[in-house]
Amino acid sequence: MSDTRLAVAKTYKLFVGGAFPRSESGRSYPVTDRKGRFLANAAQASRKDVREAVAAARKAFAPWSGATAHNRGQVLYRVAEMLEARREEFVAEVTAAEGIPAKRAQVAVDAAIDRWVWYAGWTDKVATVLGAANPVSGPYFCFSVPEPTGVVGVLAPQSSALLGLVSVVAPVIATGNTCVVLASEERPLPAITLAEVLATSDVPGGVVNVLTGRTAELAPWLASHSDVNALDLAGAPGELRADLERSAADTVKRVLRAPVTEPDWARQPDISRLRAFLETKTVWHPTGI
Amino acid sequence: MGVPSTTVSTVADGAGPALPASLADTIRDDAALRRFLHGLPGVDQVGLEQRVAGLATRSIKKAAKLWAIDTAIRMVDLTTLEGADTPGKVRSLCAKARRPDPERPEVPQVAAVCVYPDLVEVAVAELAGTNIGIASVATAFPSGRASRGVKLADTRYAVAAGATEVDMVIDRGAFLSGRYGEVFDEIVAVRQACGEAHLKVILETGELATYDNVRRASWLALLAGADFIKTSTGKVSPAATLPVTHLMLQAVRDWREQTGQVRGVKPAGGIRTTKDAIRYLVAVHEVAGPAWLHPDRFRFGASSLLNDLLMQRRTQLEGHYSGPDYVTVD
Amino acid sequence: MTDNVWEYAPAPESREIANLKPNYRMFVGGEFVDGTGEPLKSVNPATEEVLAEVATAAPSDVDRAVAAARKAYDELWGRMPGAERAKYLFRIARLIQERSRELAVLESLDNGKPIKESRDVDIPTAAAHFFHHAGWADKLAYAGYGPEPRPVGVAGQVIPWNFPLLMAAWKIAPALACGNTLVLKPAETTPLTALVLAEILQQAELPPGVVNILPGAGDVGAQLVQHSGIDKVAFTGSTEVGKEIQRSLAGTGKRLTLELGGKAANVVFDDAPLDQAVEGIVNGIFFNQGHVCCAGSRLLVQESVADELLEKLRYRVSTLRLGDPLDKNTDVGAINSKAQLEKIRELTASGDAEGAERWTSPCPVPEKGFFFAPTVFSNVHQAMRIAREEIFGPVLSVLTFRTPTEAVTKANNTPYGLSAGVWTEKGSRIFWLAERMRAGVVWANTFNRFDPSAPFGGYQESGFGREGGRAGLEAYLDV
Repeated sequence: MSDTRLAVAKTYKLFVGGAFPRSESGRSYPVTDRKGRFLANAAQASRKDVREAVAAARKAFAPWSGATAHNRGQVLYRVAEMLEARREEFVAEVTAAEGIPAKRAQVAVDAAIDRWVWYAGWTDKVATVLGAANPVSGPYFCFSVPEPTGVVGVLAPQSSALLGLVSVVAPVIATGNTCVVLASEERPLPAITLAEVLATSDVPGGVVNVLTGRTAELAPWLASHSDVNALDLAGAPGELRADLERSAADTVKRVLRAPVTEPDWARQPDISRLRAFLETKTVWHPTGI
Repeated sequence: MGVPSTTVSTVADGAGPALPASLADTIRDDAALRRFLHGLPGVDQVGLEQRVAGLATRSIKKAAKLWAIDTAIRMVDLTTLEGADTPGKVRSLCAKARRPDPERPEVPQVAAVCVYPDLVEVAVAELAGTNIGIASVATAFPSGRASRGVKLADTRYAVAAGATEVDMVIDRGAFLSGRYGEVFDEIVAVRQACGEAHLKVILETGELATYDNVRRASWLALLAGADFIKTSTGKVSPAATLPVTHLMLQAVRDWREQTGQVRGVKPAGGIRTTKDAIRYLVAVHEVAGPAWLHPDRFRFGASSLLNDLLMQRRTQLEGHYSGPDYVTVD
Repeated sequence: MTDNVWEYAPAPESREIANLKPNYRMFVGGEFVDGTGEPLKSVNPATEEVLAEVATAAPSDVDRAVAAARKAYDELWGRMPGAERAKYLFRIARLIQERSRELAVLESLDNGKPIKESRDVDIPTAAAHFFHHAGWADKLAYAGYGPEPRPVGVAGQVIPWNFPLLMAAWKIAPALACGNTLVLKPAETTPLTALVLAEILQQAELPPGVVNILPGAGDVGAQLVQHSGIDKVAFTGSTEVGKEIQRSLAGTGKRLTLELGGKAANVVFDDAPLDQAVEGIVNGIFFNQGHVCCAGSRLLVQESVADELLEKLRYRVSTLRLGDPLDKNTDVGAINSKAQLEKIRELTASGDAEGAERWTSPCPVPEKGFFFAPTVFSNVHQAMRIAREEIFGPVLSVLTFRTPTEAVTKANNTPYGLSAGVWTEKGSRIFWLAERMRAGVVWANTFNRFDPSAPFGGYQESGFGREGGRAGLEAYLDV
């Protein structure tokens, strides 16, 4: 008889509209570590879960994009705080998910925390940097401001389960977009744990929705959904990309393409991911008495 | 006399023309008048000036130009309003009014001559037997800074001397300080003093500062019974401008829509060339409508304009440019 | 106005000024060359007469043009210092100004738009676009895309017929400023001013191959955007074709910007400066015969002023002068093509059938040529085709609203999102509304204003990417 107690295993569910439902389909799939050892069952989302998630993201868009940039910055910074508090847990999960040494996982988790901080600081600077007072030739005051494009479908990176995920989600929501994220198919567990962090970090329900499941099954529904405004192909399998882009064209979605091989997410980002999901709105008004 | 009134005259006083029920309430008291004037749609300066600039690109050629020149001549209030005016100056002006181009008797007569009150009797004598109107400025023109009694006496004097049209100035000071009732009262009183004479109310738009004020002053004058609303005395710069005239044309157009009554517009000051005059006529045509292309409804307060119209008329007919020595300088 | 006492005599601009030639050729590698495609005939839509025969491109010509652009990019333009590129663009701007009268008359002949618009808007704005972007060429490091942003490469650009020269300028100027070379396809019905622009490029001594111009129909455009030798596609035109292009580029890695259709709402509140609102509405929908992707084709007016506004609007519309585009007094010119006229007729017939109330300006309509009298539909509801589909003609649909929130909901209730208008005296309401409009351009107390320094482009199905200003450079930089 051993003196170790049996651990209580976590049930990994979806994250939709701020809640953690099971897939409406009732399906799940086993997730293993890089050596094939069973880690947990993940919910296997269906197209109806995609539909629910998009609806939740759309509902959250007006209040989130209407929140002050300062407020969004506070929320994103809060995510970093919460993540920091659960650092060891994430290190363990990333180690298991990615099959990398704990030391490297620690670096990745730290980088993920710092990334939230970096993007938290951007929320109230984007408009200054990307907006403009346009010197038009006429008696008008004319300015341009960046605005979030809407609901973004994010195909999270397949390899980098946490840092990659944070690197694509944070810039999307920093500017006021909401998103539906398809987590890495084989390494989905850190994504759901991150969802737990988001749920306890003042991120309003629906701003980030996380689905786990088969990318090839779900991605086409996301790409073809008329109420999705943009698509981030970061983790799209190569063979799917052209089809997804074609589907996206049906409603003229903005598509952020991805390099064939996953980039090194540890590299310091620039603002291109912020820019990718922003519209520019130009407003004119006469100046007169 | 001279004490600002706190209530405005009303239709019941029989002072102004009958107003339809929708407008009668607006002159019930000071507050109602203010509410009405401040409730008028605002004017966007840029939009207005753009529209005016667009209309100014109309290209009027050939027969249309000749028609415009003759129409403009018929609309001229040939004016002299100088401290140095004399009976002799007025007599030669009247001669010009009767026969603008001595070599071309078919040239129409102008609408009126416009002089100071003390010279009205000279004009009356000179223009007897013609249809040319005799307009007199009054009410302590051009500043209007005199007591109500003096203004009314000035008016009565001009009318007694034979003026058929009176060009009064509004009290801009009262208007700008928001004492609309006072301005209204004064117009009503002057109108009564006019008797049969037509009343043109000079807003002196150059002192009103904003287009919103021009619109309010236009409606104020129309409510008080102005037969014409006139832009300027000619003594303040800017005098008449196209945008201001445009607004006033909109006011008389809207006035007719609401009341069925026809009122006129008179830009005055600074209109010197045929090109200018045609731009005004295009505005009349396209803003108020073709029905306003008539001296009963539109006048030019001008002096040198007439000679330019005459030169351009010759150019049109003779096919070459004319010169200032070929028209009379009076 | 039928009871007119003062008929303006015709004041036509002389068509001689256009220097119209019987034949126009393609511009490839710095030279005018014959095309191997079937020549097209460009028609004056105001008279239905053929203006000129224009060479068109076959696939082999597209190959040649793309190869010329590639060579120019690799060997010269892509490496040229920005300051040198700038001087070419300044030269082009000046030459357009110098030949502006010729270009204006030619544009009105070929397109059907009133001379006052080609003269006062299209051509000066095209020159201004080159002038603005010229200055960017050596200042890209300050544009916010990193210290040394690189060009994309060879661009394939397809433009529409509504502002032929202006759209060419919108495409060519930023592409060249950023160091790209390009192949441009003007619209089938309006190729002439782009080919005169090619002459200007020669006069400016722009190196051969930097700009290539291939007239032709949609098939040439399709060949161009799908050509493996180009790196970037820029398209302005219908949403339908835009989607096809986006589909066809899927998986190719080619960069894409789209400026597509619209169904803009022009929202008038009861406190608006009504007379200027009327002007703005007229300018919003009758400017360029309504052939404007950002046209204010849906008038949303607050119920309390709807009747008054409609009355003023009808009066004002009835003063619009329809007719000869070359007449300086013409306000509304010819519909660009028979096909477009038929589309307008079909859609307006649907308005009748769906129960909207049609009012047509009593202006006389010329017997020859493609003309459509200014038309206002009232009693329009969101469900009607004339409220949802882009008509691209002088047809206004009038809807009403009661509250600001309802106005926003109705305005945004469309897959498009190019532009919007708002008319109110209340400043805070302007910003409230501007914030909520899902549209790339919001005109408040004005409409249809354009400037090279002001980014222009759509939300949603009105496309992506911006043209103009700092934001517009992104489309032509590898960032």
